[in-house]
Amino acid sequence: MEARLAHHFRAIETQRHAERLGMWLFLATEVLLFAGLFCGYTLYRYLYPETFKLASAHLDVFLGTVNTVVLISSSLTVALAHHFAHRDRSRMAGVLLFVSVLAGLAFLGVKAVEYTHKFEEGLLPGRYFHAEGLTAPGASMFFTVYFLTTGLHAFHVVVGMGVLVWIGVRAWRGEFHANHSMPVELGGLYWHLVDLVWIFLYPLLYLV
Amino acid sequence: MNEFLRTMLFLPEQASSFAEQVDQLHYFVIITTLIASTAVGMGAIFFFWRYRRRVQDQKTPHVEPTVLIEALFVAVPLLFFVSWFVMGFKDFITLSTPPREAMDVYVMGKQWMWKFAYPQGPNSISTLRVPADRPVRLLLTSRDVIHSFYVPAFRIKQDALPGRYTQTWFTATRPGRYPVFCAEYCGLTHSGMIGEVVVLPGPEFDAWLADQQRGLADRQDAQDVRAERVEPEGSMVEQGRVLATSQGCTRCHSVDGSNHIGPTWLDLYRRRELTTEGKAVEADEPYLTESMMDPKAKVVSGFDPVMPSFRGRLSPPEVAALVEYIKSLRSDRVVLPTPRRGKL
Amino acid sequence: MSTAPVPASFVPGPEDPAPGPPHYLKDGTTVRSWLLTVDHKRIAILYLVSVLVGLFLGGMFAMALRLELLTPGPTIMDALTYNRMFTLHGVTMIFLFMIPAIPAVFGNFFLPIMLGAKDVAFPKLNLLSWYVYVIGGALALWGMVHGGADTGWTFYTPYSTTTPTKVLPILLGASIIGFSSILTGLNFIVSIHTLRAPGLTWTRMPLFLWSLYGTSIIQILATPVLTLVLLLVATEAAFGFGLFDPARGGDPVMFQHLFWFYSHPAVYIMVLPAMGVISETISTFSRKNIFGYRMVAFSSLGIAFVGFFTWGHHLFVSGQSTFDAGAFGILSMFVGVFTAIKVFNWVATLYKGAISFKTPFAYICGFLYFLVFGGMTGVAVATVSLDVHWHDTYFVVAHFHFIMVGAVMMAFLAGLHYWFPKMFGKTYHEGWGLVAASLIVLGFNATFIPQFLLGNAGMPRRYYAYHESFQALNVASTAGATLLLFGFVIIAIYLVLAFRFGGPAGPNPWGSRGFEWVTASPPITENFDGEVEVTGTPYDYQEDQPSVRVTPEAE
Repeated sequence: MEARLAHHFRAIETQRHAERLGMWLFLATEVLLFAGLFCGYTLYRYLYPETFKLASAHLDVFLGTVNTVVLISSSLTVALAHHFAHRDRSRMAGVLLFVSVLAGLAFLGVKAVEYTHKFEEGLLPGRYFHAEGLTAPGASMFFTVYFLTTGLHAFHVVVGMGVLVWIGVRAWRGEFHANHSMPVELGGLYWHLVDLVWIFLYPLLYLV
Repeated sequence: MNEFLRTMLFLPEQASSFAEQVDQLHYFVIITTLIASTAVGMGAIFFFWRYRRRVQDQKTPHVEPTVLIEALFVAVPLLFFVSWFVMGFKDFITLSTPPREAMDVYVMGKQWMWKFAYPQGPNSISTLRVPADRPVRLLLTSRDVIHSFYVPAFRIKQDALPGRYTQTWFTATRPGRYPVFCAEYCGLTHSGMIGEVVVLPGPEFDAWLADQQRGLADRQDAQDVRAERVEPEGSMVEQGRVLATSQGCTRCHSVDGSNHIGPTWLDLYRRRELTTEGKAVEADEPYLTESMMDPKAKVVSGFDPVMPSFRGRLSPPEVAALVEYIKSLRSDRVVLPTPRRGKL
Repeated sequence: MSTAPVPASFVPGPEDPAPGPPHYLKDGTTVRSWLLTVDHKRIAILYLVSVLVGLFLGGMFAMALRLELLTPGPTIMDALTYNRMFTLHGVTMIFLFMIPAIPAVFGNFFLPIMLGAKDVAFPKLNLLSWYVYVIGGALALWGMVHGGADTGWTFYTPYSTTTPTKVLPILLGASIIGFSSILTGLNFIVSIHTLRAPGLTWTRMPLFLWSLYGTSIIQILATPVLTLVLLLVATEAAFGFGLFDPARGGDPVMFQHLFWFYSHPAVYIMVLPAMGVISETISTFSRKNIFGYRMVAFSSLGIAFVGFFTWGHHLFVSGQSTFDAGAFGILSMFVGVFTAIKVFNWVATLYKGAISFKTPFAYICGFLYFLVFGGMTGVAVATVSLDVHWHDTYFVVAHFHFIMVGAVMMAFLAGLHYWFPKMFGKTYHEGWGLVAASLIVLGFNATFIPQFLLGNAGMPRRYYAYHESFQALNVASTAGATLLLFGFVIIAIYLVLAFRFGGPAGPNPWGSRGFEWVTASPPITENFDGEVEVTGTPYDYQEDQPSVRVTPEAE
């Protein structure tokens, strides 16, 4: 299949440029979406520094690190997928995209494990918070911020996985080649953003 | 002139020192606005007539601005706007900085009424009595949602927030009665959350206060528009003293200067302390309140972080009473706490 | 397919004898062809119908409010209903009408044409943005019908998270509508960057496009923050997470910061496109180039940029620090200067022009006066010490209605009357147009000038009951609102009649040099009958030759 020049674009290069610009603008809106939550994190960290440190210690750094490695690797496989798609190896691209989806699943699986732990220990947001030993005000706030940010992020992981599945199926069917690999590039960009958000969340929530 | 403009603009009477200041700027801004819109309007109307279309496909010259014109278009409004900002911000700083000798009153907004508490005197609902010509600082908080304490005649307004104290101040310049409105939507009876400031001449106010302190609780002022309830158990300081025992504060905090499990309360108010993290703090109202709500936030160096939190166990009036009690514990034996200048 | 280029004459001409491809309204007449259209013009019409529904509902809520305020006590409804009514009035007017109106209707219709293009960059995304708007709007309306929130459109916490009324559908509906705004902005930016016809440099672009560019930047950067904060309020209302609850360590004022970070730039989303419409119409009706084109274009970007840094002027008495108040206060002054620049340039455009006082021009006049007065009262409330008295009173209400109704609505009506012949190929009755315009300008003044005075006198906003000394001004305001209503009813009548029975409009009834007047009235689906090349600006009325050349494609 060829990349089809839409009737309102004058040249295929312009169309590609437009598609890329559109995706970058959309990624900018996603950044702004998370920005509000990062502001909230900053404010409450500033108000309750000690409590946040204590509460953060209740997160499992090992699992968080595993997730970070998984997500970064999946970004690599997605980038490789575009590399292959661009070099007429659509099937290979498809394989790599499915691997990335599996990585996403693994990420969500680890998160599910972490969330279950939190439920068991009572480390939940707001009025559901009932943990022993963490009584200072601001403790429940840490977990409110934790669940809201990782929850919103996980939602984006799911959306990203959906995008990758859709593109992966098309790649497996041999659709992409040197003159037509835009969907892989754009879908890849979205996945990279999802990864990037996590790269900021991980140290802020788990490490400091 | 001031009176003329004030009435034309439907402004309430100027019953505070701040009102007179603010209205001067108000006149300047509004008059400039009226002149500017009229000038633009007249200019436009003149052009409509002078340059009306005479022929259907009339040609017009291409006119471009000179650099001077462009510079004027920018500079003239900018000059006006910035000067208004400077004048306005100066006045705002005045409003944000209560004088040293201001008398404190605690204000609590709750759905849907205002409650007032004097450090040296009683509590009341809906009616705030103040002396004329003496600065009064209001320490505001809310019991539930955000309210806003607005006295149009004084030109003051400040939001009352739950969980925090905000402040504002005024000097009432004329005896009289002035309405208080809630200016932040707070639910069903937001528009019914009305109060009144009763400004009394100084000696009358002092007499009233002394009356209240003597516990003559049943006297109802015949002129009262709204009923005013007076707590007969005495001043906030006294309430605070009672609470300090009943809530267990005195188990850890002494009032005689000796350090026990917690720092002594004698001379604590506005004392400079060093925290365990090496930060210097001043033990003012916010710090004292914070210590009761979140004791681990700023622990004084040399003490263990063992104080429990009283969040949810003390209501805002009770917190205020304890603060007043602490303020009263001075080794130089001044009876009435003298609030100092400063921001919260 | 016509074999000759479109006539180059800019004299208002007789009916366009165009045989050839059908115009966009006739190109497919099934419901399906409308609901699945990717033609930007049809999408614009879909939006037009939807925003007018929003305008109608918002207007009905407003009349209800004004009737209730005829007496100091209860008049026709109880307090809870009143509190719901002003919330719904605000939510409907802002999210269902004001934010989308000019960009999604006139922007969608004319942006591609003014670029010399056949459509926007992403036509399917454009259709999606309309569906998202409809879904969000439907959800919000459903919430309104089933009780509706009583928090005010500003949803301040902790009241909005603890009120017993139903906030969730409206919060979710408004969040969803936000996506529509984002998609439109994204589409416009990419279109302007990639679809300009050969010869259309940035400095030859119509000013309407510059204003849409500025608007779109705000839409994509600010709206996500609104989406987030409304979702946070919704989760807190539903689950008690405590993000804004002081009892759990939260800060209710943080909501205000996040909310106004969007909502202040949002007012520029509303006003910038309106300014763009005025640039187009004032040039056409004075047959004159825009005085200071570059200044006006640059000011659109200036407003978009500086407007992001002024939100704290809504928080002067919220308990924020004095330093913040100063910072936001001075920045707010800078933003006002850009509007002043535009106003001076527009009036100067009239100098040595050839002015024709038609209905759109009547609205331009209203716009200019209301923008100066409303804008300067905006600078007034940005003056920190004065805002202490005015915050949350009817003064602020009057100020923003002067801009939203006085400026933006006038511009919408100017655009509607200016572009009506182009969009529908019909003409409307000029006499009734002027009558309605006069009623609207008069009614508007009568409605909102008393409200400035009410604010001065100290009447707070969102008050169901008020002190009896405020009654006279309230009655005056309601009388004005009734006049306004009559004006709108008259417009609705003659425009609907014109749409069905109006005389045919030629391609260029106003004799404008704007690029869109090169097309047929109404335009064909592809907009242009050939390849487009731009050789001048839309405003050079001293030239003979047209600025746009359309060369038919070789068969």
